[in-house]
Amino acid sequence: MKTNISRRSFLKITGLTIAVSVTPFGYNILNASEKKDLKTFNPNVWLHITSDNKVTIYIGNSEMGQGVLTAQSMIIADELEADWKQVQIRQGGAMDGFKSPILGAQITVGSASLRGFYEPLRKAGAAGKAMLVNAAAETWNVPESECKAVLGTVKHEKSNRSLTYGQLCEKAAKLQVPQDPPLKKESEFRYIGKPMPRVDVPEKVMGKAVYGLDVTLKDLHYAVIARPPAYGAKPLSFDQKAAEQVKGVVKVIQIPQGIAVCATSTDAALKGRDSLKVQWDKGTHPDMDNAFIEKSMMADLDKQGAKVHEVGDAKKALSEAAKKVEAAYFVPCVAHATMEPMNTTAYVQEDRCDVWSPNQNQTACRGMAAGITKLPPEKIHIHTTFIGCGLGRRAFTDFVPEAVITSKALGKPVKVMWTREDDIRYDRFRAPMAHRIQGGLDAQGQLIGWSHKTSAISIMRPVNPKAIKDGVDFYCLWGLWDVPDSPHWNARIQYEIPNLYIEFLMADLPIPCWPWRSVQNGPNAFVIESFIDELAHAAGKDPLEFRLQNLKNNKRATRVLQTVAEKAGWGKPIPMGQGRGIAQHACFGTWAAQVVDLSVDKNTGKIKVHRVVAAVDCGPVINPGPLVEQIEGGIILALSTALKEEVKFDKGGVASANFGDYPIIRMSEVPEIEVHTVKSTDKIGGIGELGVPPLAPAVANAFFNATGVRIRRIPLTPKTVMDAMKKT
Amino acid sequence: MISLNVNGKKYKVDVPDDVMLLWVLRDHLKLTGTKYSCGIGECGSCTVHINGKAERSCTIPVGQVKGEKITTIEGLPDNHPVKKAWIQEQVPQCGYCQPGVIMQVAALISQKPTPDADQIISKMDDVICRCGTYLHIKKGIQTAVQIVRKEGKRA
Repeated sequence: MKTNISRRSFLKITGLTIAVSVTPFGYNILNASEKKDLKTFNPNVWLHITSDNKVTIYIGNSEMGQGVLTAQSMIIADELEADWKQVQIRQGGAMDGFKSPILGAQITVGSASLRGFYEPLRKAGAAGKAMLVNAAAETWNVPESECKAVLGTVKHEKSNRSLTYGQLCEKAAKLQVPQDPPLKKESEFRYIGKPMPRVDVPEKVMGKAVYGLDVTLKDLHYAVIARPPAYGAKPLSFDQKAAEQVKGVVKVIQIPQGIAVCATSTDAALKGRDSLKVQWDKGTHPDMDNAFIEKSMMADLDKQGAKVHEVGDAKKALSEAAKKVEAAYFVPCVAHATMEPMNTTAYVQEDRCDVWSPNQNQTACRGMAAGITKLPPEKIHIHTTFIGCGLGRRAFTDFVPEAVITSKALGKPVKVMWTREDDIRYDRFRAPMAHRIQGGLDAQGQLIGWSHKTSAISIMRPVNPKAIKDGVDFYCLWGLWDVPDSPHWNARIQYEIPNLYIEFLMADLPIPCWPWRSVQNGPNAFVIESFIDELAHAAGKDPLEFRLQNLKNNKRATRVLQTVAEKAGWGKPIPMGQGRGIAQHACFGTWAAQVVDLSVDKNTGKIKVHRVVAAVDCGPVINPGPLVEQIEGGIILALSTALKEEVKFDKGGVASANFGDYPIIRMSEVPEIEVHTVKSTDKIGGIGELGVPPLAPAVANAFFNATGVRIRRIPLTPKTVMDAMKKT
Repeated sequence: MISLNVNGKKYKVDVPDDVMLLWVLRDHLKLTGTKYSCGIGECGSCTVHINGKAERSCTIPVGQVKGEKITTIEGLPDNHPVKKAWIQEQVPQCGYCQPGVIMQVAALISQKPTPDADQIISKMDDVICRCGTYLHIKKGIQTAVQIVRKEGKRA
């Protein structure tokens, strides 16, 4: 994948150029072909049609395997009526114009790349097509209505004439760009909704794809950083000389992040860091371990929190309920643990700064590099490489400033690499959460009251305190409740509950947290959908029937549940010893449900998941293959957290270090997975994160179905399972 | 100076014997298709072939493989049945672990051209894919086996 499209090289291109400029009030489609238009040029979609008959598309979102390069290009190519063979796709740089219309930054998170860009990309493609048709009609002096665009060519059937887009582009470039060009009907789609091979796959298979760690430059130096072993720890002493004596070590630099050892090879940098023998103080929380965290967060639930949402009178409804259920849940920290550890290469020169980074947040990268170098933003060049798995981690670009600082100090291009141990220990984890819920049912088993208190480590407080409103961090609450105008559409409890009260507490712990695929929709769905199962059991009802009854008029949630139930054979007998569980969740404008079949080895406590059936309703489908891959991948990732993953803390720091003590799911533990999409004409929703939320509760509910034992904490490790079964 | 035979090419590199093969391939020979991920041989992203056997380059000191026949993802032919199958089945997502996975699979099917389910699991449980492409990897293996069968013996 070629990157590095500079404004200068852009200016050299002739032909028809369509751009979309996003403003807070919407977006405009621009004809950017003429250089005079470029004075205020601020586009976020570049679509060039050049006289060599090529269509070049620039994508501002990061490719991390979700297929965004292919999907966004399919949308443009379809409306443009281009031949896929003439399309070439490039990773765009960092610029304001690439900001997401719904997120306000150039950032690839929140399953927002398609739901944010679907309409503007269609319009951009359609505008290009209209201009090319217009140019052909003018050339032949025939009515536009007699001309038709077909696969990169405009045809006039009556006179049997045709011109290619390459032949027409220069003339089209002189025309007015239509702001509201007609869009294709669904039946006319050529690429949208059809399975298209991903454009990034061949180079990945050949080993030629360049990820952040693969960046090579002339005179490149390699650095690793010795970082504090506990939160808030400061270095007391280190042996700089010993490190500098290691062959290949060039310089040892103390920076705010730790002690950077710069060398001419990775091996020398690693050996140099080992030789530093840094002595650290104990940090701010020397007594903190997993038990400390869990105890402290559960104790938070006895304190007064901030009110998040209130409708009706939950207290009264609960006191009058025919049946009342109360339960407490806990979800610990999990790590992103992406296969490519964090890294960035930076080269700071007097008049420019280049940053090669596998990042999900170009806006932040550019801002950070500009802040350190004091160079104006246009002198900062962000080169987004392929990303070795994102999961949200790379939207927090703490791996950028340290590379910029180190390069600036050394005066050389420097690649700062995190080892796997660095990557796990200095991760910003999925926020741990404690919950206490009370639910009330009337005599008919209808849900009439729900009171919910939750404590979490704030995701946003250390990063963007302005995002905290009246003591509430909605990033922690997604899936349970959200602000009305949130760009993360409908990430809230789906059941119609006449009396609902939600309260939030911010845990006072030093662990850095950050969005992790689906953000807190994952942990919150585990809690809500497990508790719904508890209520169904208390009401003496089938879990599916109870859900449908309390979803009432929620059509899309009802439809995904009914679909998944039908496909999984809900209600039909299952093999002896197996359990079956169901769960649903909505977030990022998509509805999802899953059914899990599993069995439990009662002697070892080991859970074997046999099959997961999933249904999603995300509105229009762009590329069906990657959609299934995203849901499958989300399910497998979530299963890893449901059965295995928990970050271990000790002495105020992270004790987990590598895949040996932070185990991740492997092939033998992966079940059969079926993914079904519900045909829908609703607004387009997200897909990347939707496999995650329903999985953990469906597993816990299937475990209950198999054993009669309710576990209110993930992961369901053999030890947790054995302990729970002994108690009952 | 250490002499290495990588992808049929002879190299001389000035590094100590104890440097891991992975870093020599990546930093010195610029063969960056072989990936670093765990550094302790747990995940398989750095898998290469040494004399046809799948090995973890992150835990092999380069001094131990002087003159041995080393093959990396770049040295596996572009039309190799596993590479073909991987494109056909659209196996990679982020793709970072896949060069290692492909090398693991290529070694497996060259030793066992028709591996059964247990043989596949026992070899493939050695690799980690965080994107969760395991089911596509399984499909890719089946397809690669069929391609080998069709094309004759080479793998």
